[in-house]
Amino acid sequence: MRTALVGTRIDVAAIAADVASPTNGALSLFVGTVRDSNDGRPVDGIEYNAYAPMAEREMAAIAREAADRFGSEHIVIEHRTGYLALGEASVAIAVAHPRRANAMDATRWIIEALKQRVPIWKLEHYTDGTRQWVVHWQGHGGVQGQGHGGVQGAGNDGDEGREGAAHA
Amino acid sequence: MQIDVLLFASYADAAGAASVRVAVSDDACVADVVQAVRTAAPAVRLPARPLVAVNHRYAGADVRVAPADEVALIPPVAGG
Repeated sequence: MRTALVGTRIDVAAIAADVASPTNGALSLFVGTVRDSNDGRPVDGIEYNAYAPMAEREMAAIAREAADRFGSEHIVIEHRTGYLALGEASVAIAVAHPRRANAMDATRWIIEALKQRVPIWKLEHYTDGTRQWVVHWQGHGGVQGQGHGGVQGAGNDGDEGREGAAHA
Repeated sequence: MQIDVLLFASYADAAGAASVRVAVSDDACVADVVQAVRTAAPAVRLPARPLVAVNHRYAGADVRVAPADEVALIPPVAGG
């Protein structure tokens, strides 16, 4: 099991190789990449900003919870920080397990938990030169935090919204 | 006591700084710190119940804060 916040290009093949083993017949890999548009606006690239010590702690906690929940210690999560160009991998998650359902369910669960809990923000750079912080609105349930009664989710259901004014 | 509250992303942009120093009573909890930030940095338009982390863990409004604690206001996260 390994989690990391990284400042350089994510090596997806290396992450898959990290979890591969003959005892696990299923290897599920999720890769999130920078998309060329958001909400109809053409995107040039995305700057990922993290509260590093807490992000690393939350990623490790998510990996531990996924290991317990899905029965596999063969888990790697890497998240990129800094400025990423279109198509670059911002996050990669690999899980290996003897059974495909566990491997696939685990990767899905991890990416959803990561988007809800890990303190990482993205500043989208648009082709027209403006920039804006992206907000992923959370559902009614909010985030299940680690102790202290959990965390209150903010906002409405839905895909994504934005907050704040555009930067020149 | 004085607490340096860490700010990130849209909050840091609004404040024009990566942290804001607030003065709160010695028995202050997270909610008191949030209220102090509203006063000290009104440009940071916080939601009704902003996410707060104390020592890298999400903390509820009633959690007590000590001078050595690392306190951070967490804007809605958007990783992935």
